[in-house]
Amino acid sequence: MTSSEGWRCAQPRTSQTRFSLEPRNLASVQHIILVLSGKGGVGKSTISTELALALRHEGKKVGILDVDLCGPSIPRMFRAQGKAVHQCDRGWVPVFVDQEQSISLMSVGFLLEKPDEAVVWRGPKKNALIKQFVSDVAWGELDFLVVDTPPGTSDEHMAIVEALRPYRPLGALVVTTPQAVSVGDVRRELTFCRKTGLQVMGVVENMSGFACPHCAECTNVFSTGGGEELAQLAGVPFLGSVPLDPDLTRSLEEGRDFIQEFPKSPAFPALTSIAQKVLQGMPALLS
Amino acid sequence: MEEVPHGCPGADSAQAGRGASCQGCPNQRLCASGAGAAPDPGEEGAGPEPEVKGTEHHLRVQMGNAGWGLLTASLASFVSRRVALLDIDICGPSIPKIMGLEGEQVHQSGSGWSPVYVEDNLGVMSVGFLLGSPDDAVIWRGPKKNGMIKQFLRDVDWGDVDYLIVDTPPGTSDEHLSVVQYLAAAHIDGAVIITTPQEVSLQDVRKEISFCHKVKLPIIGVVENMSTFVCPKCKKESQIFPPTTGGAEAMCQDLNVPLLGKVPLDPHIGKSCDKGQSFFVEAPDSPATKAYKSIIQRIQGFCGSHQSNNKNHVNS
Repeated sequence: MTSSEGWRCAQPRTSQTRFSLEPRNLASVQHIILVLSGKGGVGKSTISTELALALRHEGKKVGILDVDLCGPSIPRMFRAQGKAVHQCDRGWVPVFVDQEQSISLMSVGFLLEKPDEAVVWRGPKKNALIKQFVSDVAWGELDFLVVDTPPGTSDEHMAIVEALRPYRPLGALVVTTPQAVSVGDVRRELTFCRKTGLQVMGVVENMSGFACPHCAECTNVFSTGGGEELAQLAGVPFLGSVPLDPDLTRSLEEGRDFIQEFPKSPAFPALTSIAQKVLQGMPALLS
Repeated sequence: MEEVPHGCPGADSAQAGRGASCQGCPNQRLCASGAGAAPDPGEEGAGPEPEVKGTEHHLRVQMGNAGWGLLTASLASFVSRRVALLDIDICGPSIPKIMGLEGEQVHQSGSGWSPVYVEDNLGVMSVGFLLGSPDDAVIWRGPKKNGMIKQFLRDVDWGDVDYLIVDTPPGTSDEHLSVVQYLAAAHIDGAVIITTPQEVSLQDVRKEISFCHKVKLPIIGVVENMSTFVCPKCKKESQIFPPTTGGAEAMCQDLNVPLLGKVPLDPHIGKSCDKGQSFFVEAPDSPATKAYKSIIQRIQGFCGSHQSNNKNHVNS
């Protein structure tokens, strides 16, 4: 995809352009958390979104940087699809989801003319855009920058860790489902964290059981226990299990604020507890 | 960024994986296999496309978003022909576990690498077989992943097979471009795309469909996984992943792409995958098993008519 095809107002630079790192764009960001998973489809974007919403409800200002270039889910989860990215003297202005500007977003999803257009890029081009997302987005003052990643341990992950490393100690939150197949890939993700100096704040187990709305019987749809076992094995905190919750799925589909609108839903206690643990874990991360 | 041991000979060196300083490096087995020495297929003139001999049909199972590989396994199980399953999810190779092949190793012979056999008629290859420990991470950038894929296609001695199924990671990037490029001469029959019913999944699948059109890869059809859930206690149906925008059915109608079938969520599937057992043997009467069987028949139908079209074209 060339810069003349299908790009909206903000255009990516080519790899020949010299990047000038603007430390001031991240200078007022207090904490950076990467949300990772070895496996796809486990709910990284869900956890990134709900963590941001829960932190906002605790009075924090949060940004979300979506570096899943092939499958950018974040815009839709905040009902922000179709919004444009504008420029200012410091670079790109992130997309605000509300008038109070309590949550701001950046995603390749905002840069595509057609939402169904595939970003079919090899590694080097992905790396270049990710570096640009880090240096050229004017985040302003944020308590938290949550970085939503694609599954795996490849170009995007290496690029984002390299680009963010100069600014803040980086925390990682790793998402898995209870299944051993997912846990297997997340063990590899934890190795990636160790090798790249990311401090693992904890493991979140998503899709942890489903309570039948008809008879309340809880079924372990995707097996059980894998997340907690993994955390113990790896010696990292277990932050909690989030059950399958159709209200949560629907909220994300419709870009609603689940934390605000569904306090009685099965996933609510787990998500708010995870956010609390993240807040409590911050001093340890900084030391 | 990858941690290299002091005195690393270099991934493309003749000593890769074999030197004294390679001991204990997590990439040692991979380097010793020669994967790092493969030329970057992204470069011009990187050599001829690898030949994959003997396969009549090449299917690509493309995950718009991850479907835990079971459909791939099912395609292989039901087709009572000779099937090869190639896992090119280099960073997240799940196929060995799902097929009950964890801990197996790949052997080399004069004719190349041997796939690992689940049954006599089902051979599997995955980077998972080349890793020393379950914690070993494959932290590779695109070019190195491409090299591995090329090597899999070129150096694995599949023997005579009827179907080669390629399981891909989510996305539309290096792995997808490379496998389409490398198999161009061998003619891929088509792609099967897996999704779940929600829009968050469908929006990625639309991109996968767009990718297929861009690279002129025929689309065999879409499978909607985790469609409905039947409570084992009260037997009533629920939708864990509500199809807020009409699910795969509406998308397929919009985009004029076949819907091959819908597979319900059965908790036994996850358990079987975790144990590496065949779900279809464990639960032959499950609605999910029936759904898979019907999907396979449609895929076989597509490949059969695709092949006769090609033959007619050649003969005319």
